[in-house]
Amino acid sequence: MQSVNAIQDEIIENFSLFEDDMESKLMYLMDLGKKLPMMQEAHKSDDYIVKGCQSKVWLYPSFNNGSVHFEADSNTEITKGLVSLLVQIWSNRNPEEILGTELYFIEKIGMGSMIGSQRSNGFASMIKQMKMYALAYQTQQTN
Amino acid sequence: MSVTSLDINSIRNQFPILHQQVNGHPLIYLDNAATTQKPLRVIKALEDYYQLHNANIHRGAHTLADRSTGFFEDTRKSVQQFINAKEAEECIFTKGVTESINLVAQTWGRKNLQVGDEVLITYMEHHSNIVPWQLICEEKGVILKVVPIHENGTLNLEAYHQLLSVRTKLVACVWASNALGTINPIEEMIKAAHQVGAVFLADGAQAGSHLPIDVQQLNIDFLALSGHKLYGPTGVGVLYGKRELLEAMPPYQGGGEMIKEVSFEKTTFNEIPFKFEAGTPNIGDVIAFKYALDFVNELGKKAIMDWEMQLLNHFLNGVTQLQNQFGEDCITLYGTAQDKVAVQSFLLKGKHPFDTGLMLDARGIAVRTGHHCTQPLMQFFGIEGTVRVSFAIYNTFEEIDSLLEVISKLLKPRN
Repeated sequence: MQSVNAIQDEIIENFSLFEDDMESKLMYLMDLGKKLPMMQEAHKSDDYIVKGCQSKVWLYPSFNNGSVHFEADSNTEITKGLVSLLVQIWSNRNPEEILGTELYFIEKIGMGSMIGSQRSNGFASMIKQMKMYALAYQTQQTN
Repeated sequence: MSVTSLDINSIRNQFPILHQQVNGHPLIYLDNAATTQKPLRVIKALEDYYQLHNANIHRGAHTLADRSTGFFEDTRKSVQQFINAKEAEECIFTKGVTESINLVAQTWGRKNLQVGDEVLITYMEHHSNIVPWQLICEEKGVILKVVPIHENGTLNLEAYHQLLSVRTKLVACVWASNALGTINPIEEMIKAAHQVGAVFLADGAQAGSHLPIDVQQLNIDFLALSGHKLYGPTGVGVLYGKRELLEAMPPYQGGGEMIKEVSFEKTTFNEIPFKFEAGTPNIGDVIAFKYALDFVNELGKKAIMDWEMQLLNHFLNGVTQLQNQFGEDCITLYGTAQDKVAVQSFLLKGKHPFDTGLMLDARGIAVRTGHHCTQPLMQFFGIEGTVRVSFAIYNTFEEIDSLLEVISKLLKPRN
């Protein structure tokens, strides 16, 4: 399995192919969302909606053999692409890795200007939520 | 193709903001129902005010105060002419439509509404013409009734006439819908309201820059306008009210300017309009607002509306072509009334409005997405929100072609 940072570097490289073409970057982001594994319908309950997102984003965590697994979905294509990036980086990692990650790819790919400030806040909420789950599992593990 | 007596290019040259690149593409500004851009003369007036004339208005015994007072009151006269009010004193400066409506709800409403009375609004109101009434209705035990609409976004007039009764004390209705563009037949509605003794408030936010306004001919009791949707600065609005109504209303806010005499025992209030203009007003923006009104007057509302309708029709023709190409259901239009301003809400099949908005922004095209502060209306259509394009005098056919091109790209199936 690639390291967290190797995946981030790969994301940066892929987005850099589009240079300043915002339209193509967004199209690419939507395509990434389409590749996100299907989320079980049963897991799409209100309990797993990420608060602070304008669109609906579901994030369902599970914990097995010391690693956190994430399932995710969204009702909008771009947001689905956004959460798919995080799933790609963080799913099946142990809590320490998740909590210790610095997500430098966000700035490098120019996420802010790509998705605007409202969605950036929503994206930050997804990150926070995933870290909260990781922290909860970490605490559960040590108790 | 385009037929207009106006020189759109020279109009565009009066709007410096339009000449910029956004995300590597020329800005195409189609969010005019949210706020219009400002012509140079408005920007210049603001600059001049702060560089040359700034002084607090009324009662100042010096030249600058006198000058700025004069300019401030000149705008009031311009507003009077713009809406053909009988007197300039019937035009009160506010922050915008929202404050104008709240002012009426909190003063006229508090004084005149009683338990069992009814206030009538419509399904297509902006939140700013819903919430102020909910607040006062709850406080006073008044019933808020809502006139339903038809699927095409027109008001159900039959229901309106049925809902009107002697219990109706006030009708508050949007003149032109911000989400659908529908122009409501307020002339007929006002007559009917008056027949049952109700007062009529028109929310003119979207009507201001498009429709001819004659408050005397229409016999409007209250009219709310926003300057920034009328090529003017933000933070300036107007509440027009008939003199007898305004005089009978208690003040809105207490403070300087609105008083005649103050003692700790009793305060007497100033005449209208000052009774409703407590504190130092937004002097600079009010002064600059006159230049926006001049801009609209010079072009003429009819010529503006004609051009905007050509733009809307050009867009709708393009939509029909896309529907022929990608299927009838590839674009759903919301708000298809015959009589409308140049506003169009729509959804692309399978695309969330936020995504469409971001994709358009990537090409420098500014539109609005979401519920447009009309959540009950969105609930009526069973949707969360729409993409809304709204045209103004400086928009062009070429800009709409670019919009259609991006939409077409979004509709193309991708693997």
